[in-house]
Amino acid sequence: MKRSLKREAEVSRSSGAFGDPNPMADSTRVTIERGEGMHKLSRGLASDASHKTGRSSAISRRRARLVLLGGAVAAIAGVGGIYAGFAQAKSSTKSTNVVTIKIAIESNTNMLNIENEISEFYKLYPGIRVDFDTLNENNERALVETDVSTHANEFNAVMISNYETPIWAKNGWLVNLTPALTADTSYDVNDLLTPIKDALTYNGGLYSVPFYGESSMLYYRKSILKAAGVTMPLHPTWKQVAAIAAKINTPSVAGICLRGINGWGDNLAVMDTIVNTFGGSWFNDKWQPQLTSTPDEQAWNFYVKLIKADGESGASQDNFPQCETLYGEGKAAMWYDATVAAGLITTTYPKVGADTGYAYAPTGNATTGAPGVHSGWLYTWSLSIPKGVGDQAQTLKFLEWATSKQYLDYSATKLGWANINPGTRYSTYSNPNYQKAAAAFYKVTLNSINTATPSHATDPNVAIPYAGVQFVDEPWFINLGNDVSNELESAIAGTETVSQALAASQADAKAAVTSAGLLK
Amino acid sequence: MSMSDALPPVQNLPAAHHSPVSRRQGSRPSARRTAWIRRLPLLPALIYMIVVTQVPFLVTVWYSFRGWNSQVPGSNKFVGFKSYSAVLSDPMFRSAAVVTVEMTASAVILSMLLGTSLAILINRKFRGRGIVRTMLITPFLVIPVATGLLFQTTIYGNYFGILDWIVGWFGISQVTWVSTFALPSVVAVLVWEWTPFMMLIVLAGLQSESLEALEAARVDGANAFQTFVSITFPHLRRYIELGLLLGSIYIVQTFGEIFILTQGAGGSNGAATTNFAYYIYKQVYNAFNYSQGSAAGVIVVIATEIVAAFTLRLLSGLFQAAESMS
Repeated sequence: MKRSLKREAEVSRSSGAFGDPNPMADSTRVTIERGEGMHKLSRGLASDASHKTGRSSAISRRRARLVLLGGAVAAIAGVGGIYAGFAQAKSSTKSTNVVTIKIAIESNTNMLNIENEISEFYKLYPGIRVDFDTLNENNERALVETDVSTHANEFNAVMISNYETPIWAKNGWLVNLTPALTADTSYDVNDLLTPIKDALTYNGGLYSVPFYGESSMLYYRKSILKAAGVTMPLHPTWKQVAAIAAKINTPSVAGICLRGINGWGDNLAVMDTIVNTFGGSWFNDKWQPQLTSTPDEQAWNFYVKLIKADGESGASQDNFPQCETLYGEGKAAMWYDATVAAGLITTTYPKVGADTGYAYAPTGNATTGAPGVHSGWLYTWSLSIPKGVGDQAQTLKFLEWATSKQYLDYSATKLGWANINPGTRYSTYSNPNYQKAAAAFYKVTLNSINTATPSHATDPNVAIPYAGVQFVDEPWFINLGNDVSNELESAIAGTETVSQALAASQADAKAAVTSAGLLK
Repeated sequence: MSMSDALPPVQNLPAAHHSPVSRRQGSRPSARRTAWIRRLPLLPALIYMIVVTQVPFLVTVWYSFRGWNSQVPGSNKFVGFKSYSAVLSDPMFRSAAVVTVEMTASAVILSMLLGTSLAILINRKFRGRGIVRTMLITPFLVIPVATGLLFQTTIYGNYFGILDWIVGWFGISQVTWVSTFALPSVVAVLVWEWTPFMMLIVLAGLQSESLEALEAARVDGANAFQTFVSITFPHLRRYIELGLLLGSIYIVQTFGEIFILTQGAGGSNGAATTNFAYYIYKQVYNAFNYSQGSAAGVIVVIATEIVAAFTLRLLSGLFQAAESMS
């Protein structure tokens, strides 16, 4: 927030539109007056109190000082507010042909990288300035969804995912980018990975462009497994993974690190891939909830037991960043999570990175021993333009640049090839530089993305009415997913049993599809 | 407005004693004008209050009768009491009611107990009292979200939290405090924040205590405990009641701490920390069901008004009793 404010101030200064510092002086004057008022008020209080006893007068003087302090804080906050309003007003003003576009993005390493590399964009397009509004995942989702669905249109572009894109495109909230992107041959829209592109396509139109894409995979420490005398197959089953975890788990190094914290994109994303490969699903083809079905129950019990027996001790509060740290610092021997972590481990924890083996997302029903479907998820953070916002041509220029080959090439010079945004373009994976830097994992990542089955994630014999691997691609899913993820966290923390958690989740799911009018 | 209805008889009163001429032309302004001169300075504040509180409330009421879910195009139309029945039949809403009461009551009572003890301590003279007092007040000045983050990372934090380090001395390894003890975790943060508030109110009470009465008690041979029970505590009672009332009003609205620490999760139903405020947030920002969120808001406002009316009546009764006693 602070950063973006500062940037706005700089932008407006460089544009030379507002040289007059008077508004600031005014606000300072207001502050001083307010400060004096406070002082008078507190003096009044003090003299009033001093009639009583000497002791209480000392106290009230001190209290007066406190009031004064409070006044000062309020005054500073006031200045901040006035200044923020002022800066805001400035940024939306266009002058000397500089257009400022405002973009809501989710804060993670890849997004922060592009914020640092934005000067390259300014070199190419001196007439465009970009103002990033960076928020954490859940806040960004809530803000962007509110902004777009109510057509407040505060942002020129928003970062969303393959969950929102088809739903919002169907509602008519997004601009179809296909005509503009196909017209611009330098963008090479056919270079985008097909599964990722398909996940962002509705009715033949591309409604957002992928910033990075990912599936899920298993990371393991080769040296630890070797010392224990076990080997990890390239395509492991969950049964094998659980057996290996049990063998290598020690009090100081967890057998495996898994997500446990609530959130539909947090613990539930991992859980859903396991449910799929166990042969379970959210709903059957009549939209009847299936959370208490045998395969779902087997999957949940397996996950909770695996965490309790050989997972990290604080699992119920852990998510991607915590597991990244634990694994990177050698506190966990295995880790099942997003493929995007491969580049991060290699760069941030080179020692552990060199000792890391990469396997496909584990499959199979560990309880029955039945082989399951490929279980890697499919996810992409992508950029889209809400319908009806201004400066769409300039916004599109940024979207194209941020998701282009040119940006990836530039990014490689700054961050190294292993660390560029993965999972978006074929050219990345055929680039010898990338193949060399990401030799250990690029094939697993690409194949996992290519074999993900978002249109039917579970067993082909199980009929389901929804799309999505680690989510149900329906608008009501966020609320349901969050409620169910709360139950999963409680089950992992042990404050309720798995069957209690599933019974409650089943009721939540039933309420969701009933109020959506899908279940009669 | 009812004020203007009541005005004419008041206006007519002086007319009986003064001639019409002196009323109109005399140096004293007319009663109507006096009344308006008195009201005028209050008007901006009144208008501001209406604009920022009553208008949004009416808009909320309006939306609560519509079926607006922003994810469902075309849903923004009149549906009567449907949103109300949906909220009232939602088990999560009933659970939120219980959580709100539990969270508020335990936080208010615990912070009052701690606050009173600290106030008694601070009321004595000792070296470094000023520093201790400042340090004790500090938690109240920290923003709730910052407090939540502070507790989340340094106190409850996995692997690096202080609590884990402490229980480690007793051979207990790694407790996920926020998941395992969700409600107590949030209440502990609230108590940390609100103890200074209670302490300040009780301290004000202690310092307004009559020294003569304490002196008399000592002369009569009362020990410290007897003095506290018979003189100090009855005197403090009003202050404690005020603290409980104000504390309840604020703590009922708790949101930031829950948002940071638990996101409403925990307990045996996965919603042990979903209070009214968080429930409404979920309706609006997870379900995007603005009408159901509005309906829940209206229900909560009505329920709070009823509880507040009873509490205030109870308290003002006690105030009068205390006044007539002294």
